[in-house]
Amino acid sequence: MATAKKTAHFPIFDKDAPPSPRAQPAKELAKKLTEAYGPSGHEQAVRELLREEIKGAVDELRVDALGNLIARKKGAGPTPRKKIMLAAHMDEIGVIVTHVDEKGFLRFAPIGGVRPLTLTGQRCRFANGVIGVFGIEKKDASNTEIKMERLFIDVGATSASDTPVGVGDAASFWRDYVDLGDRIVAKALDDRIGCVVLVETLKQLKKSPHDVFFVFTVQEEVGLRGAGTSAFGVQPDLALAVDVTDTGDTPESNTLAVALGKGPAIKVKDSGMLAHPAVKNLLVQAAEDAKIPYQREVIVGITTDAAAMQTTREGVLTGVVSIPTRYMHTPSEMADFADAQNAVKLLTTLLSKPIKLD
Amino acid sequence: MSIKEFLRQLSQAHGVSGYEHAVRDLVSERFRPYADEIAVTPMGSVIALQRGTRADKTPAPQVLVEAHMDEIGLMVTDIDHGFIRFTHVGGVDARVLVAQEVVVQGKETLRGIIGARPPHVLTAAERDQVIPMSDLWIDVGLSETRVRDLVQPGDLVTLARQVTALKNDLVAGKAFDDRCGVVCVAETLALLATMRHPWDVYAVANAQEEVGSRGAITSTFQINPAVAIALDATYADQPNMSEINVVPLNQGMGIATGPNIHPLIHEKLTEIAKAHEIPYRVTAYTGTTSTDAWAMQVVREGIPTGLIDIPVRYMHTSVETLSLTDLERVSRLLALFCAALDDQFLKQLRGEPVAEQPAQASEKPKAKNVTRKAARKRK
Amino acid sequence: MLLEKLSNARGVSGNEGEVREILLGAIKDHVDEYRVDALGNLIAHKRATGARPERRRATRPPFKVMLAAHMDEVGLMIVHHESNGHLCFAKVGGIDDRVLLSKVVLIGKDSIPGVIGVKPIHLLKPEERKQVIDAESLFIDIGAKSKEDAERAVRLGDYATFATEFAPMGAGLVKGKALDDRAGCAALVEILKRAYPFDVYGVFTAQEEVGGRGARVAAYAIEPQCAFALEGTICDDTPKNKDLSPVTRLGAGPAITFADNSLLSDRRLVNLLVETAKENRIPYQFRQLTTGGSDAGRVAITKEGVPAVSVAVPARYIHSPVSVLNKQDFENLVALMTKTLPKLAKGLPPF
Repeated sequence: MATAKKTAHFPIFDKDAPPSPRAQPAKELAKKLTEAYGPSGHEQAVRELLREEIKGAVDELRVDALGNLIARKKGAGPTPRKKIMLAAHMDEIGVIVTHVDEKGFLRFAPIGGVRPLTLTGQRCRFANGVIGVFGIEKKDASNTEIKMERLFIDVGATSASDTPVGVGDAASFWRDYVDLGDRIVAKALDDRIGCVVLVETLKQLKKSPHDVFFVFTVQEEVGLRGAGTSAFGVQPDLALAVDVTDTGDTPESNTLAVALGKGPAIKVKDSGMLAHPAVKNLLVQAAEDAKIPYQREVIVGITTDAAAMQTTREGVLTGVVSIPTRYMHTPSEMADFADAQNAVKLLTTLLSKPIKLD
Repeated sequence: MSIKEFLRQLSQAHGVSGYEHAVRDLVSERFRPYADEIAVTPMGSVIALQRGTRADKTPAPQVLVEAHMDEIGLMVTDIDHGFIRFTHVGGVDARVLVAQEVVVQGKETLRGIIGARPPHVLTAAERDQVIPMSDLWIDVGLSETRVRDLVQPGDLVTLARQVTALKNDLVAGKAFDDRCGVVCVAETLALLATMRHPWDVYAVANAQEEVGSRGAITSTFQINPAVAIALDATYADQPNMSEINVVPLNQGMGIATGPNIHPLIHEKLTEIAKAHEIPYRVTAYTGTTSTDAWAMQVVREGIPTGLIDIPVRYMHTSVETLSLTDLERVSRLLALFCAALDDQFLKQLRGEPVAEQPAQASEKPKAKNVTRKAARKRK
Repeated sequence: MLLEKLSNARGVSGNEGEVREILLGAIKDHVDEYRVDALGNLIAHKRATGARPERRRATRPPFKVMLAAHMDEVGLMIVHHESNGHLCFAKVGGIDDRVLLSKVVLIGKDSIPGVIGVKPIHLLKPEERKQVIDAESLFIDIGAKSKEDAERAVRLGDYATFATEFAPMGAGLVKGKALDDRAGCAALVEILKRAYPFDVYGVFTAQEEVGGRGARVAAYAIEPQCAFALEGTICDDTPKNKDLSPVTRLGAGPAITFADNSLLSDRRLVNLLVETAKENRIPYQFRQLTTGGSDAGRVAITKEGVPAVSVAVPARYIHSPVSVLNKQDFENLVALMTKTLPKLAKGLPPF
């Protein structure tokens, strides 16, 4: 395990603050979770890791019909207590085999938002541990010619009959977690970093006047499916999604006032939802009060579990805490660990106190 | 308050999706004299209940009539050398933004202009291109430091536009989609206050239609009505448009049909329109009607839903144009419809045998063992 | 034959009454109760038989299985009367514009016949022959003399279906319109004739082709613990010049969906179907495509979530005026389902 050595490419906000005593175990959890196998619909391994991690620290733990892991931490204080739901999704993007040809090459379809450009030369791993590499029909294809239907997976088989995986088997990207110091690089930071934030919040939240539900959702990448159903079950008064968001701080990127290392981003709007103004203000106020760095996020083209939670039943007051992440939906996503730690700080600050909603 | 005056107030109020509070206050005030109860939902929709009058003590079924009060708008994404970059909330045509005056809702309300470079400095090729929204900017005429103090990503921007009266009872303005529907819902509620109606009427001004009917999904869940009617703006006649599903201005409204619409509701609306000589056209939709009706129909166990289309020219621009006479007609039809809802209609909707009039075998089975228990439970 | 009656019946999304009447007649003696809901779904309930009390206790809440097959088919809707009496139409559900040319259709309650005409080949310019004509520029001719004449026969919003007769063909195949999903409906009727040790809800759904809207509200009302959608699905096994997925093969057995745009099938249900097929030597295949959707996808995300899977009879040329299926695949779908369902008596295993 690499130690946390500081890189000085970008200034960070709490540079002078003493390193959090929890940074190391939290990073180890990030490594374990990002390296685990868990494309949408196949979240078993991630769920088991999380269950082990939190089972002693919660009052109730259950898995619902779609596979969401729902943990409840009871509040202290007078009833009725507010029900607050935090959601981070366990699943990651991946691929699924649709055809095995006569020579044992696998044709596949994406699970979630996979861009063909990010695949050639990459490796994937199936549930049974089989590793495959992505190949393309024409090696000299230009970028515009790289279409999903021209790609295939080679698992080293010589015919259809000796292929160790079959039609319907799913694979995730295969990449090691790398610790660059402040910054970490891994596959599936989207949204295992959110899962880390939830676990850390759960462990650091000593006393809350609220009943807090930590929900690790399934199938976000294929349409926010787990968040909607788990929110229906939990019926929260307030729901917060913790997920990654894009940044505008790389060369020639789209206009987006979100950067790595400047604190968690408090969402105002994305393509799927508008954060409730009261919830957004609540988060902003909590960050200001505790002097936690934060950014405001207005983004086009992506959405999160919050969009599904918001329209559950009569409607739920909903907001999002985002962890800025570069190179989203590639095998090498990069985040600044301080942003995740500040997200934990923001959430524990918010949840420790009574909340007035309106 | 006249239809014209209320429309003017609503149109000139600012209420982008998710931030409808100013409009909501006006609507609540307008609903209040005619409502037994008023409530605001977590998504920000406003609901007014006007109870029905029933001869017996049986619980009244509910009819929901709704329109959406949000408008499309812009949202600040970044400050770029003192100019404001923005994105859209709801479906905004970037072409109509150039050279518009806007209001930026920062820490202070700022007057702004979406700038356009003068033609003199542009090449012929540049003049032929539509400027994408990401290349547009808002000029508030302040220094960069001052702008950064006052404006942050996430702040809202709306178009500055006063309502203009045109000839023949036509008016033009912004956000008529769907504040004109809200005007009709309010007018309906006022009319119903003077009429006998056995059903409870829920008048709803919904939030967040333009970003996916998010207000309607949740408020309809809350009310769980026996019948729901949406009012929304549709395309009126204008040059160079296909005639299909277009409702000409000043000739009434569209009464929608298709999978989104319960056939019995379509039938009842058209019957009442004919009986009272209210002009209408049938608008036919093969799937989604692109209104709240589409979302409301599949709430909970399914809601029998209808849709009245109000003709509006130049939709999603700041010079939307409509006929005030059409609004009167829509309100009148809707009030007559609500008042005509009776126990027999409820039975028809549920496929139960109707005593007075033999059930039509074509639409609903007259089965003996239709389960009464399974009929939808009302609160 | 029920499938023949169902295929010939006319029921575009939102107008499923005729199909519903046929199905109602077919099931009413085999189920305990039924009703029609606000969207026009026919929901039939068959109570558990022979369940032992200890089993009941073991499965809480009472185990309910929902089986869904959709009644609606893709078709056309009349949206405008031209001044010369021709009718403009729009498509309901996904239809390839290229299959519309030169077809006979039946319109409205009175089944008024009409034809979709095209300009004769003699008059086409060479480049026109290569162009696809989009649906908006096509029209239906019912022989009306004027707009008024057309308006008397056909109303705005009337539905049109393809005029296709169901018939046997080839070796054990049948052809007809709307086999997607009248094949599923016919299979569901057969399945409802057996008894099960838990409550079964057979739902003949409305409006699948416009977004699984019927299944969505039916599942909300039923709250099942697991769900199966019975479908007629894509079969693309005709010759190709590349070794690619045929999606399904005609005659190779019912096709199990592992994933589509609307659903990642519950793996426990997929495994249960596969095991059962192997034990009983029933041929089966996977639907080797992840696009498209079915009622199962809508059911799966209802309320707190429902484990769901979809199983289908492969049918060539679906969403066109005429589709083809193998009767053996149909029989095998019924066999697979009736052998699989009793295994759910103890509920679903945990994840």
